[in-house]
Amino acid sequence: MKILVCVKQVPATDSRIKPTGDGVGVDLSSVDWIINPYDEFAIEEALQLKAKHDGEVVVVSIGGDKVEDAMRSALALGVDTAEVIKDAGSAASDSLGIAKGLAAIAKRHNPDLILCGKQAVDDDQMAVPAMLAELLDLPQATVVVGMEVAEDGKSAKVDREIEGGHEKIEVTFPAVIATQKGLNEPRYANLKGIMAAKKKKIEVLSAADLGLGEFGSKVEVLAVNPPAEKTGARMIEGDAAAQVTELIKVLHDEEKII
Amino acid sequence: MMANEVLLFVEQRNGEIKKSSLEALGAAKAIATSKGGSLGAVVAGEGISGLAETLGSHGADVVYMADHGDMAHYSTEGYAHAVTQALDKSGATILVGSATAMGKDLAPRLAARKDWAFLADTTSVAIEGDKLVVTRPEYAGKVISKLATAATGVVLTLRPNSFSVPEASGGSAQVETLDVSGANIRAKVVALETKEQGLVDVAEADRVVSGGRGLKEAENFSLVFDLAKELGAGVGASRAVVDAGWIGHDHQVGQTGKTVSPNLYIACGISGAIQHLAGMRTSKCIVAINKDAEAPIFQVADYGIVGDVFEVLPKLTDAVKALNS
Ligand SMILES: Cc1cc2nc3c(=O)[nH]c(=O)nc-3n(C[C@H](O)[C@H](O)[C@H](O)COP(=O)(O)OP(=O)(O)OC[C@H]3O[C@@H](n4cnc5c(N)ncnc54)[C@H](O)[C@@H]3O)c2cc1C
Ligand SMILES: Nc1ncnc2c1ncn2[C@@H]1O[C@H](COP(=O)(O)O)[C@@H](O)[C@H]1O
Repeated sequence: MKILVCVKQVPATDSRIKPTGDGVGVDLSSVDWIINPYDEFAIEEALQLKAKHDGEVVVVSIGGDKVEDAMRSALALGVDTAEVIKDAGSAASDSLGIAKGLAAIAKRHNPDLILCGKQAVDDDQMAVPAMLAELLDLPQATVVVGMEVAEDGKSAKVDREIEGGHEKIEVTFPAVIATQKGLNEPRYANLKGIMAAKKKKIEVLSAADLGLGEFGSKVEVLAVNPPAEKTGARMIEGDAAAQVTELIKVLHDEEKII
Repeated sequence: MMANEVLLFVEQRNGEIKKSSLEALGAAKAIATSKGGSLGAVVAGEGISGLAETLGSHGADVVYMADHGDMAHYSTEGYAHAVTQALDKSGATILVGSATAMGKDLAPRLAARKDWAFLADTTSVAIEGDKLVVTRPEYAGKVISKLATAATGVVLTLRPNSFSVPEASGGSAQVETLDVSGANIRAKVVALETKEQGLVDVAEADRVVSGGRGLKEAENFSLVFDLAKELGAGVGASRAVVDAGWIGHDHQVGQTGKTVSPNLYIACGISGAIQHLAGMRTSKCIVAINKDAEAPIFQVADYGIVGDVFEVLPKLTDAVKALNS
């Protein structure tokens, strides 16, 4: 079973994120870079499937000059090989541009299964997995919190989280599956894995190697602003009874929301 | 047949149009109007013919009906088949949906199918000249981006609770029937498990009561449920209490949980870590109850109560009960 895992390198979730001076970008000069948290579930699932179904796990990524660090971390967890498109312009690409790049890589591998995270925590699009599925003409299941692959490795029963419930889906492989927290408990790298990863190869490709044009975008950024400043809470004083009375009054009379 | 500038993908559940779709209907109509065109709406399901009237009275000019057994449950491929047909029939070059579980699964697939621009989870939308301009929170709400695309060839989803439901105007829509048989569905929903009736999902609710570690023990979470019940609100939670197993992950609000944007968010015994704020800071009115006056949650709150949840919550629940009766 060949499994492709799409991993995006993103700023650590506790990074301070601020607009750049010109107001049309985000200042990422001093952030720490990590593997997108949801992609960790995809990597873990791939490694568990590899153990059960005997197979190969390839991580792929499109990113900037630090992207190999994310690949090295994935290799340390037990992933077999890594392939990246390293392209400074990719950061300005839109989801569809990225999905086209990933589709081009996927076509070289013909995987039985493609695993993604449900969402990249930087631009929060939740778009690439579904786009990739469409471009490759594969079925998809997104926001997956449970997954049971058939003995023959040719289909799966998955559990997808929706508002107020779950959908149980039967999907034939090859397919694109996007993972959500709850699916598994991602492992940590151990020393042996970290040492082994140093010897594994990361294949670095350019968009041109894959016959792709420049990473473009149909979406133009006009401005990046900090969220509207709240002026701080209006504190409601008094004992509990007085506070509750006052709160009910403002929510009912002023805010008109209860 | 009338060509439409804009097509809206409408979600229904048990034959009822979802509130988020009605909100999107208002926004989609405004886009259509400012482009000087008409609005189509496509709805899929089984036994849903009655919905055309509601859609028409809220502003849809044409309703494309995908009423078929294969559409009884959502499937990406089945619904994509239906919406693609409606796009072809209507000639629309802008497709609007909601940033719901269904919309987020379907919309990007259609953007790739049409090779159109994609704008996810937008909180405002406007036509400016030949451009479609939107705002959307990025980096979990740490910044708000203003983005533009050409005003033709776009798929966009709208964040629930960010747009208001249009008044019913008494208009009526022309109905077009789609033949959606024969969709190739390789990922099939075989069962749907929904939670007990009466509990609103936190991601959809327009009021949310959330609890954190300040509640001390799992049993005490009933205080949050009691208030939520009186308010008709969804129940949220911080990751700390989800990890502690007090409540299921589908209640978690935040960076690694759900993003909510209700009209009222009441945070009870939640400190306000950056990852929690990521999921709720765009709520319209935030009330924080915390015994620590320095808790960071007060920086994003509109109203703050420094107090003990065990004292404040029961009184608040009683007061809402009194107000309701
Ligand atoms: C990668 C990553 C992702 C994360 N994702 C999320 C996420 O999605 N959602 C999320 O919520 N967190 C997330 N976190 C965790 C986050 O950093 C915090 O640890 C968590 O939100 C804290 O939960 P809490 O506010 O309930 O607990 P605490 O921080 O322990 O706060 C408890 C609060 O209760 C108050 N309190 C105590 N007793 C009382 C009382 N009797 N009455 C009133 N108030 C009282 C205290 O003053 C305190 O402010 C994430 C962390 C990481 C590293
Ligand atoms: N640049 C990228 N390289 C590799 N995978 C990506 C990239 N961007 C997105 N993905 C994958 O698509 C998922 C969803 O991302 P997004 O659609 O950007 O929210 C991520 O969790 C990754 O698995």
